[in-house]
This record gives sequence, structure tokens and C-alpha cells, in this order.
Amino acid sequence: MSPFVRSSRFGTFFWPILAWVLALLFFFPIFWMVLTSFKTDADAVKPEFLFFFTPTLENYFNMTENYDYWRFAINSGITSVFATLFTLSVGVPAAYAMAFNPSRHTKDILVWMLSTKMLPAAAVLYPMTFLTKNMLGLFDTHFLVILVLSLINLPIVIWMLFTYFKEIPKEIIEAGKMDGVSFWGEMGDIVLPLAWGGLASTALLCFIFCWNEAYWTVRLTTTDAATLSKLIEGNRAPEGLFFGRLSAVSTAAVGPIVVLGWFCQKQLVRGLTFGAVK
Amino acid sequence: MKTLRLSGLAMAVAVGLGGAASATELTIAIVNNGHMINMQKVAEVYTKDTGVKLNWVSLEEGVLREQVTSDTATGGGQYDIINIGMQEAPIWGAAGWIEPLNFGASYDVNDMLPAIRNGLSHNGTLYAAPFYGESSMVMYRKDLTDAAGVSVRDNDTWSNIKAAAAAIHNPDAGIYGACLRGKPGWGDNMAFITTVVNSFGGAWFDKDMRPTIDSQQWHDAINFYVDLLGNYGPPGSEGNSFNEILALYNEGKCGMWIDATIAASFLEVDGVAYAQSPNAGNPVGANWLWAWAMAVPAGSPNAEESKKFIEWATSKDYIKAVANHPEFGWGSVPTGTRSSTYAYPEFQAVAGFAAAEMAAIESAAPEATDLKPYVGVQFAAIPEFPEVGIAVAQEMAAALSGAKSVADALAASQKAATAIMSEAGYF
Repeated sequence: MSPFVRSSRFGTFFWPILAWVLALLFFFPIFWMVLTSFKTDADAVKPEFLFFFTPTLENYFNMTENYDYWRFAINSGITSVFATLFTLSVGVPAAYAMAFNPSRHTKDILVWMLSTKMLPAAAVLYPMTFLTKNMLGLFDTHFLVILVLSLINLPIVIWMLFTYFKEIPKEIIEAGKMDGVSFWGEMGDIVLPLAWGGLASTALLCFIFCWNEAYWTVRLTTTDAATLSKLIEGNRAPEGLFFGRLSAVSTAAVGPIVVLGWFCQKQLVRGLTFGAVK
Repeated sequence: MKTLRLSGLAMAVAVGLGGAASATELTIAIVNNGHMINMQKVAEVYTKDTGVKLNWVSLEEGVLREQVTSDTATGGGQYDIINIGMQEAPIWGAAGWIEPLNFGASYDVNDMLPAIRNGLSHNGTLYAAPFYGESSMVMYRKDLTDAAGVSVRDNDTWSNIKAAAAAIHNPDAGIYGACLRGKPGWGDNMAFITTVVNSFGGAWFDKDMRPTIDSQQWHDAINFYVDLLGNYGPPGSEGNSFNEILALYNEGKCGMWIDATIAASFLEVDGVAYAQSPNAGNPVGANWLWAWAMAVPAGSPNAEESKKFIEWATSKDYIKAVANHPEFGWGSVPTGTRSSTYAYPEFQAVAGFAAAEMAAIESAAPEATDLKPYVGVQFAAIPEFPEVGIAVAQEMAAALSGAKSVADALAASQKAATAIMSEAGYF
């Protein structure tokens, strides 16, 4: 038997097992959080791993009755949906222009856009607070959260769409132009249908990033536009053991996004690999 | 049609504005602890009686400080009432960032525990009303000390505490002699460590506000702390703070715990007894003092309504409202603020720790002395302290974990603290 065949058999067993072990390892914190959400606060903090216990929905009732979960969840939904739509409405034409009509500065612009992600958010906290509260009067509004989430995600969205658009052969566009297709026809009939998968995965990832964003949504809101990130943040306690309640709030906050991700796994993987997996 | 739509819109706006003008709304930033969460329910009666709508924003302690600081620094307006601690109250009061508080005679300001009142005042003016207060004390398992034939006394010596910890330490049975804070943070490990240093006669700064972290007192105190917790504490103590130790204690794994008096109300194991904080010859500053209090930012447009709410929420009537609330009772009343709370027989009946807690709070000494020329026990009431405290906290955790020697950790702490204080212009 050749070493190649042995190695192939070894690989047949080894890699799937390794993949499962790693998957379980990464999934364990989520599993533990969900499990803890059904424990009482007293059970939740017991140092030993407690797999068997009397489950309770007390934390979930507490969350909806005392912590106004739905208000935060609705705000998260509104801001994430509109921020995604706004980001795509700016990102699609920008990526299209750079993919099909590149100039000699296109690469520099792309790198510059990405470089804005390198600025630590804390560095502009005070100017942002001052600007939005004292000068623009936008503090704690949905509009501000949507704007900020859009601006944060715009570079990554343009990069992703740029990568997808680059995959479309230019010849198809040129053939369309020769047949007299207008710009909007080109976009609607050729580019978007061909890049639909990429567009969907970009939108999905953008939505997830918006939903999970915590730094700005915690700091630029008070009550009216506060999202689920703020609800989770407020359930951390320095003196008091409320891990059951915290786990319930966290589970309810990540739940919708996990369900969404579950149904759109293929698009998500494609999005995360920038189109390398088809 | 267009005119009709515009008229409808104008009417809706007018109705909306009218509605907004008729009822006062107060936005309150609170730290997430049991007492503040309970207040949200108890205060429903306040809304019912006054019509004032209360919007609660619960935040983690660190984020609360950051938000309140940035709100106050940008002119306020985000919150009408804020939760602040004893470290901020005198500094912010002096800076004019929060409003002075003057209440009516029925409020009985003299009923407030003097140490707490002084800690929340600047030049005799109260700037924040205490919602609950705490000091630190020893919470030990008397069943274990009795079985081991040792005792823990009020204001014991550290050497006796160490001997008691050694006697009850039995890691094979899952019992550790002493559980103490080790997690880095100015409000975490440094709160406890500072009281140990104080009790050895040390302080953070000298009279010129130069750091004295490389002094002999600090060396003695930190060597003792690392020795005690390293030998008789649970493994991984450098990751333990209040919540982690509380969980261990309620599992029956701690023989002794020196921490916030509020912990006593969370303890669920049998055989717990209390003693005043130990010292190494200097009892001044050996037990800390802290209060979460309510203040009104200077920029609040609803300052008068806010003060009225604070007057109610920190009054004797509020204590009774919690005690009589169907969901709570005397075991849930906020403690550490008023003498009268400790006089209620109903409270004494459910709070076995009451006498020890009050004694600890009353003996706490936040005022400046020759030995400790700044206000505060486990902190210095200066704006730079959190930065200094965090830098030193990391070094102390490194010493505890064995990553650094005590001497190296103290030398690095002194260097960092000197740089921060020098940059701030103290010398």
C-alpha cells in the first residue's frame, strides 16, 4: 500500500474528527449560555459544571416583564435593517464603479477605505458625543444609529461587493452595451442577477455586523434608540450574581441572528470567504 | 389632499408636543445591582402619585462611569439623575458638574450615617444622596474555626488571621482558608489591597501627592497579601473578585472572606460569623467605605423634579416602601445609609449582619490625615486615581500569579504612578 493511500485513509477519518472537535469547542460557550439561561441565579454560579438541574423560565419572564426586551429588540431590528439597506444603496454603485470603470487611484481608494477601520473607536468617542449631542441634536435617535452603523460597515461592504463584481466577465457588460442596453438595464438585467449570491451574502453579513455592534450603540443611545447590546451591557453586575438573567438576555439577543444564520449558511460562508467558495 | 395630509401631520405633532409638555419624564442612569433593580418596581408608586414618568437606563459600572463622564463633560442633558460613587461625588461637586442637594426638614439629613454623608460632600455641601452604602468586614465560617480550635476577633491582627486561615485550609476537602480579591481593577483587587496597605501604615501618596508605592509599608503589606492568598487561597485567585468569591463561598469552599459588607446579605451557607477588619497595628483605613448615590447633573433641564425624586428615593419613607412592598420586605431594604434603618426590629430580625455592618461603616475613616493626606479609604478622591489604580492593579495581579516578584511589581507600580501624577501636574 502506498504512503499516499495510507495518508488518504488517515485524512478521511482525521480531518472530519478534528473539524467536529473544533466545531464543538467553538459551539460550547453558546451551548453553555443557553443552558445557563434556564437555571436559577443560584444554580448558574455554581463553580462545578452543572448539566442536570431543574429548568426554569423565570429568567425569560423576568427579561420581558422587567427589562422591556421587545423595545430593545425592535430597535435592533429597525436600525440593522435600515443600516443594511443604506449601506448597500451606497456600496453597490461605489463597488460597481471601481470594478468596471477603475481609475489609477482605485486601489488607493480601496486601501484608504479599509484603513478607516484601523482607527480605534475610543479615539473619537468624545468628538462623536459632542457633535451628535451638542451640535446636531441627534443623540439617542434611530437616524444616528443607522448612520453610524452604515458608516462603520461601508468599507467592508464595498470591498466584498468589489470582489464579487470583479468576478463578472467584462465581456458580458460590453456585449450588453453593444446591444444598446442602458445603464439601469445593465445594472438590473446583467450585473445584479449575476452578483445576486454575493449581494445576498454581503447584505446578510452587514445585517449581522449591525445587529452585533456594541461600542457605539451602547454609547450613543440612552432609551429611545437603545438596542439589544445596551440591554446586555446593563445586565452585567459587579456586586451580585445574575448570570442566569444575563444568559437569558444574551440568548434572546443572539437568538434571531443565529436562526437567520442557520437558514442562510451557504450565503454566509460565501460571504465570509469573499466569494472563494461557490 | 396635500393640505389635508399636512394638517393631519401638524395636528399629530401638536398633540405629541402637548402630551410631552404635560408630563415630566426623568431619565435615570443606574448601576446594575439588586437594590437599584428593586427601585424600578418600588418607584411605580411615585409615578402613580406624582405623574412623573421614570425612564431607567441600567448600565455596567465601567460603562456607567464612562457615559456619565462624557455626558457631564459635554454639558449634560442625556440623564436627569445619575448613579455615582464616593470617588466621583466630591470631585464632581467641586468641579460644579453636579448640583448641590438641599432637602426639607422631613428628610432628616442628620439621620444619614456621618461617614457616608461626609464622603458624598464637598466643603460641607451634600452633592449626592446615598442609595446604599457599604464598608468591608470579615465574614468567616465559625463552624470551621471552632472545629479547628482557632478564633477570629474584631480588629484582629493579620498574623492571627493568617494562623486561622492556615488552620481551616483543607484543599483536599475543597475548603480554602482565605478567599480574597485578586482580579485586577481599581475597584476590584485594589479596594482590598489598599485597606491592607493602610493597615500596615502605608498610603498611596505623601503630602506632596508623590506616590509611595515603593515604601516599606507597601512591601510588607503586599508580601503578606501574596503569602496569605497564595498559600491559603483558592487556585486562580488572580481572576477572583466579588462575584467569583461569592459563588465559591456559597459553595462552602471559603473559610474566610474579607470583602464588602453587602456580601453578607447574599450569603446562603450556615455558620457564618462577622468580625471587624484586621490590621497590622494601624486600624485607620483598614476597612473601606463606599456608597452608590444619586446625583443631578448640572445640565439637567429637570433639576427640580430630579431633586424631588432623589429626596423620595433616599428617604426613610422609601425604606418603608421597600419593606412593605409585596415582592420585597425587610430583607431587601437598602442598607448602609441611615441610622434609623438599623433601629427597626423587623430589620434586625432578618439581618444578622446589621450590627457588624453599621459598626464597620461608622468606623471607616475617609477623611485626610497626616498619614494619608487625601480623602478616601480604598481610593484617593482625585480624578487621576482610576488610572493609577488600574496600572497598579495589573502589577499586583502579576505578583499574585507569580509572573513577577513583589519587589518588581512594586517598582513598576511606583514608576507608572509617578509618571501619571507627574503628567497631571502634581509635581
